Formats: sequence, structure tokens, C-alpha cells
Amino acid sequence: MVDRPRIRVPAEAKKGEVVEIKTLISHPMETGLRKDADGKLIPKKIINKFTCVFNGKPVFSVDLGQGIAANPYLQFTARVEESGTFRFSWFDDDGTVITADEEIKVT
Amino acid sequence: MSERSRREVLAIGAGTAALALLGAPASATPEEAAAAIAAFTGGKPTVAGRIAIDLPEIAENGNTVPLGIKVDSPMTADDHVTDILVLAAANPRVDLAVFHLSPMSGRAEVATRIRLAATENVTVLAKTSKGVILQEQKPVKVTIGGCGG
Repeated sequence: MVDRPRIRVPAEAKKGEVVEIKTLISHPMETGLRKDADGKLIPKKIINKFTCVFNGKPVFSVDLGQGIAANPYLQFTARVEESGTFRFSWFDDDGTVITADEEIKVT
Repeated sequence: MSERSRREVLAIGAGTAALALLGAPASATPEEAAAAIAAFTGGKPTVAGRIAIDLPEIAENGNTVPLGIKVDSPMTADDHVTDILVLAAANPRVDLAVFHLSPMSGRAEVATRIRLAATENVTVLAKTSKGVILQEQKPVKVTIGGCGG
């Protein structure tokens, strides 16, 4: 089971402010190019997509490849005009989707 | 290719056991890099500049190299960065990631951590809603490659 992702979103912001968001999720990002001790290829298993949606509106997303380091770290920004909820989703090759929500109060 | 011969020398030095354990994935060909760029640009010419790439000059460990990208853009509904492509030509897979931004992003600033197989150029392309495609690159010296090779 994957650990809960770590997310940093400011609790409060002024209307129209651009806030910085940092996320990190524990994941090996197995490239599919490495071999185990018996010389067999370890199957590829990565987080291939990340999305950030605010109050149902898409803000930011990433298509990740094998060239992203293990425990993928993503930092980006969002302009907030109203209070609401960020929904973050990580899509694993195996079909698993990990989601997390963070609220922000906009004054 | 100098990177290839260097890698082979290192692999021989490390012994056959290490070779069997690590394998030696080949780096991508220049054609693959060109194809990845063409798929992103749709064949349009690119313009140099307006992208600031933040990367260490020397990365001791290619397994995790911090990368920051800033594109000079007003990020309005009319004129904003829509997509940012990151390429590393000597990696087994040239395309590392594509970031998709929107006017709600506020600023065209992203950061992540990448894997680099060898000393190589990291290339960043940014597409704007005006149809302009920007391109910039930065070399990184890699001491220990990060792609299992």
C-alpha cells in the first residue's frame, strides 16, 4: 500500500493570489529497464499521470515518464479567486488512483 | 558516442556481476529525440529564450536531480503557457515529462526531480496559447548515472 501523499497548500490566501503548491508521493517509479539479481527485467511501474483540480476545474496536470525520479515531487502554482478544495490525483500504471483533497480559505 | 564508451569502461571496471545486476540500457537515438520534439511542435519552428532552467551544474547522483522551470509569460486567458516538455537526449527514454498548465496556474513555474543517465543536455520546450513554441537547454555533468545503466 502506498503511503499518504505529502501536500503543501497554504491554508489561506487573498482573492486573486497565486499560491505555490508542493506534492510528494512515495513510489518506486520502476523504469522497466532494471534487472533483478537473476537477470530478469523488473516490470515497469510508474505514476504516469498527475492532476490538480480546483472546485471541479482543471488547473494543472503532468504526464510523467520513467525519467522522473522515485517518489515523484511536483511543485507548481495556482491562482485562487474563491475558497474551495484542491483535488490531487496520482495515476499508477497498475490502474490504482490515489487522491487527496486540500482546502483553502480565500478572503 | 563518448558517453557509451565511458559507460562500457565503467561497467567492465565494475565487473560482470555488477553488469548482470544493473544491465546497460542504451541511450535514446538522436532520431528519437527529434521525433519527440516534432510530436510536440507539430513541425513548427521553435524560438530560443524566455525559459529559465534551474539545474545543478554537476549532479553527483543522476537518480534524483532537482529541476526547476520558469517561463516568462503573462499567464492570462489570452496569452499563457499551455504545455511544457522536458527532454534528456542521453536517457534511455528521451521524454521525461509533459506539464499542462492553464490560466488558473497564475505563473508558468514548475519543479520536479528527474533522472539523468549521463552527462547530457536537458532540453525544455514550452508551447503558448498564441502558438509560439519556445526552446531552451542546459547541460548537466552527471557523476553517477541514474537509469540503472
